[in-house]
Amino acid sequence: MAYVHMKNPKLWVFLAVTLFLLIMPRLGSQYLSYLLLTFLGYAVALLGVNLLFGIAGLLSFGHALFFALGAYTVAFLTTKFGVLHMEAILLIAIVAGVLLGAAIGAVCVRYIKIYFGLLTLAFGMLFYSFLLKFYYFTGGDEGMRVLRPYLLGMDLSAVPKMQFLLGKYYYYALAALAVASFAMWRIVSSPFGLCLMAIRDNPEKANYLGIDVRRYRWYAFIISGGYTAAGGVLLAPVLGQVDPTLTYWTHSGTLVFMILLGGFNTFFGPMLGAFLYIFLQDTVMSLIPYWRFVFGAMLAFIVIVAPGGVAGVIGSLWKKEAARDSARNNADPGSERSA
Amino acid sequence: MGTDIINILFSGIFYASTLFLVAAGLQVVFGVQRIFNMACGSFYALGAYVGVFFVKTAHAAGLPPALSLIPLIAAGFFLFFIGPIIERGLLRFVYDRDETFQLLLTFAVVLMLEDVIKFIWGTSPQSTSELYLVYGQITWFGAVLPVYNLIVIASSLIIAVLIGYMLARTRFGKIIRATVDNREASEALGINMKVVYAKVFTLGTVLGTMGGALVIPSTAAMTEMGVELIVMAFAVVVIGGLGSMKGAFFGAMVVGILRSIAIATYPEVELLVIYLIVIGVLVFRPEGLFGGSRA
Repeated sequence: MAYVHMKNPKLWVFLAVTLFLLIMPRLGSQYLSYLLLTFLGYAVALLGVNLLFGIAGLLSFGHALFFALGAYTVAFLTTKFGVLHMEAILLIAIVAGVLLGAAIGAVCVRYIKIYFGLLTLAFGMLFYSFLLKFYYFTGGDEGMRVLRPYLLGMDLSAVPKMQFLLGKYYYYALAALAVASFAMWRIVSSPFGLCLMAIRDNPEKANYLGIDVRRYRWYAFIISGGYTAAGGVLLAPVLGQVDPTLTYWTHSGTLVFMILLGGFNTFFGPMLGAFLYIFLQDTVMSLIPYWRFVFGAMLAFIVIVAPGGVAGVIGSLWKKEAARDSARNNADPGSERSA
Repeated sequence: MGTDIINILFSGIFYASTLFLVAAGLQVVFGVQRIFNMACGSFYALGAYVGVFFVKTAHAAGLPPALSLIPLIAAGFFLFFIGPIIERGLLRFVYDRDETFQLLLTFAVVLMLEDVIKFIWGTSPQSTSELYLVYGQITWFGAVLPVYNLIVIASSLIIAVLIGYMLARTRFGKIIRATVDNREASEALGINMKVVYAKVFTLGTVLGTMGGALVIPSTAAMTEMGVELIVMAFAVVVIGGLGSMKGAFFGAMVVGILRSIAIATYPEVELLVIYLIVIGVLVFRPEGLFGGSRA
């Protein structure tokens, strides 16, 4: 682990954001805190999606499938099987995500680039048609209800809805996000993560160096499946209702949009993207009904001008500052050097 | 039983005809520019909405209903200007980038066009349903077939033949085939890629809008049209093989007829069956029936 200096601005930003996330439900408006709650679910899901996109270099246009899988698992378990413990639900959903990820991934990782994207889109839509047509099990296009799960064994059904969501549930989800982020950080920093990045940057060379390219991509797919499903689980009680549109290909597009907006090249970029997307969408929607146009234009702008996303822009501005600082220091040997 | 089969085949071929046009547009753009244009469904939707508008305007101006095909075809051609706007305005900035970014840019276009349509026409469906019956029906071996469908099938066949002729005989067609085979060599031989790309994308656009316009009498123009069609068009080009015109034709037939059979027997499995086949094709023969590029 790199030594983190107390003066390191990144640390301060991290602490400020953590503080913000911790106290927001207490101070902010109910509605904004509710939005923040949806952000938590998406943030966990995006950790998984970006493992595949940013780290391994594979763009999936079907990952909403796992998101919906997680959400529907909560609906199924709470309404049809009477399983109410959140921990059990999370476990089952993650296992389902991992298994499905293994099956689908085995097929998809044999292909790259466009074919990978198209194949994942196909699987996503296959799941969509499955959810839609077998309405006897899944409620069809009306979807299914989600009952309130027990958190850490506590039955909180007596608590009024908003109080539950913005109180205990919020901190539960936030803790889940923290745990998930920490785990993903370890994965990305591990030799496995570095191998994925090597595969992303130059698959032939990685292969030549002895890395089993296909197998490692498969592992990345599996992990991302589990994470994205977990994100769906966290979001489901917030929505209260799940329906097939959760896996429609445009929702997968939204997941990718969020990552691109925040920046796929940094660890916290995708989360930043989810945050920006959710709050921007809310703001734009309240101003004009044509938010899709605005967002489409934003996406086009990002792809063309700033593919590194907001994090990328901040990063390059930072580097310019740092370069200017060091140039200033180096150019004038007579001046006092800063500490 | 026999009439059922004829009905199923016929409606399948009808759907395939419009699907073919959109798929052809996708194929030509992918073949030359190697960009999978997700917005082709949006072009289809635009063609449909503008088609309704042109027909209604023409009727109000006194055009006899029987000639309604003319404003529809005009609508398809009229929208050609969208092609250069999107190609010059957006796409050309990402030609040197990774495929995934190009795909994402076309997704951005999908989002934008969705709201453009909503802005101009609102969210309620637009249709010219009275028109459908104007052309009447014919009976063939006991099956009742709308004449309009026959007209559309014939139009698509004509367009398919024209495209085939263009690719084989005209200079532009040869340039397209050369670029598909070997872009660098073509450029080295002096072909102006910028112009070719603009023309090809416009061709793809018009094929899409034409498909949407022609389908109008049999369906209403609705908000979800574009986003739903891309799912089918994508199945067509995968089954037929990315980049191949013949593939667009046969892929469209496969998807159109399968869909028709499914709707007549087990409607629940319509999308399911098509997507299982798409996945099967991508797994066992990723080049599709006629494609040549490797996965």
